[in-house]
Amino acid sequence: MHDDAIVEVKGIGKTYDGGVEALRDVALIFPSGQLSTLLGPSGCGKTTLLKIIAGLIVPNAGEVWIKGKKVHGPGPERAFVFQDFALLPWANVLRNVAFGLELQGVSRERREEIARRHIAEVGLGGFESSYPNQLSGGMKQRVGLARALTVDADIILMDEPFSSVDEQTRRKFQEELLDLLRHRQKTVIVVTHSIEEAAYLSDQIVLLTPRPGTVSRIIRPAIERSKGPDEIRRDQNYLDAVDEIWQILKQYVV
Amino acid sequence: MVFSLAIWALAWELAGRAELSVIVPSLSRIVVAAMTVLPTEKFAAAALISLRSFAIGMAFALAIGIPLGVLMARVRGVGRILGMWVNIFISAPISALVPILMAVVGIGETTVVVTVVLFAVFVIVLDTQIGIVHADRSLVEMARSFGARPYQIYAKVLILSALPEILAGIRLGAIRGVKGVVIGQLLVSIIGVGELFELYSQHFLMEEFWALVLIVFLFAFAVSETIAVFERRVEYYAATR
Repeated sequence: MHDDAIVEVKGIGKTYDGGVEALRDVALIFPSGQLSTLLGPSGCGKTTLLKIIAGLIVPNAGEVWIKGKKVHGPGPERAFVFQDFALLPWANVLRNVAFGLELQGVSRERREEIARRHIAEVGLGGFESSYPNQLSGGMKQRVGLARALTVDADIILMDEPFSSVDEQTRRKFQEELLDLLRHRQKTVIVVTHSIEEAAYLSDQIVLLTPRPGTVSRIIRPAIERSKGPDEIRRDQNYLDAVDEIWQILKQYVV
Repeated sequence: MVFSLAIWALAWELAGRAELSVIVPSLSRIVVAAMTVLPTEKFAAAALISLRSFAIGMAFALAIGIPLGVLMARVRGVGRILGMWVNIFISAPISALVPILMAVVGIGETTVVVTVVLFAVFVIVLDTQIGIVHADRSLVEMARSFGARPYQIYAKVLILSALPEILAGIRLGAIRGVKGVVIGQLLVSIIGVGELFELYSQHFLMEEFWALVLIVFLFAFAVSETIAVFERRVEYYAATR
């Protein structure tokens, strides 16, 4: 196993009932403390791959290794951020954010204290007793992120986290996400279909081919992360990465 | 709603006063009759026995209906095998089965309880099943991703998610349960409110008869409205699912 690999997938294959082959022989290494994105045309099985890593979907072939151990289901070292937010509509923000700890059996007082801290961290202080239907898309996704942070998992898996929010919110959220992650040792795997988003966020970009999904190319844009967001978007390495990805992806677009 | 009730009450009163038929006395005389029926010992005894049958029957209907509905939604085989039967029984004329019940469980309170169960249980099963089937699958996935054990998925996600449908099922079941009590007792005809109905109609005491109908109707309405209060409380999240 690779030295600093925290997540490793080997020979993953997945065929759904009905014969659709989503993934074929996918082998990847996700380095610890880095942000990787899974990028590809729609229907390339990137969300399937993420859910296999999360332990939510059982692959037909291959293995998932987390921290040097083979896993067969969800585990406390991984937390998932859902595309559709997956917030409990009958629970307020505080209870939603604390839900992971509630399932683990952490006492109410303790879990709410931890949850409050993370709610403030994602910029939702004051909304603790609001219900999901009172929040905007961007705010809902912040709740989803806070919930993932609250269980203190080392690995955060995000399924198109910015696709259901508007462009301005998306940019702001991306910047805040990078800012948030810069200070802690989290490994993040993000599924996206946005080339700019992948180039902007990632240490490692995994490009997948259309169905069945296989690894097409791995790109590591050499972007200086200490720069501000606006400088990054004008950085030559960023622009080169965007261009390189597009050159590969456009052959898959019909 | 108050307006429409008032119009009907007025129409009834006028029809009664016009003495179009001996079967329809005026509303005011029915209300007066209700006042004389209510304090009698005979009514108290009949109401008690009827309420007891209703309560026991509904308890069984809930205890059987909700778990069965959940099971049918979660285990595909069970849903397939029982789904058809539930749909048949929900529309079947269950009153016709009561005489057979009498032959099996005897003539008495047990028959009435079983009738209440049969009247109420199927709509509870069906609504619970629909609620669980339509529960947001991504919420279940979310709970699994945070390590939820199976019982936690049921208690903390599925049941709460299906609560609007389950409550609707309980409300409809309770209304049918009231019908079950009356029909069961009418057919057995020696106990409870059913005995009173039989007594009044045989002696042509139309005012008392209609008074009893009014009381039973008001009871069913009160039960239904009480459950509807809970339904409205959970409605805010039903709309956002």
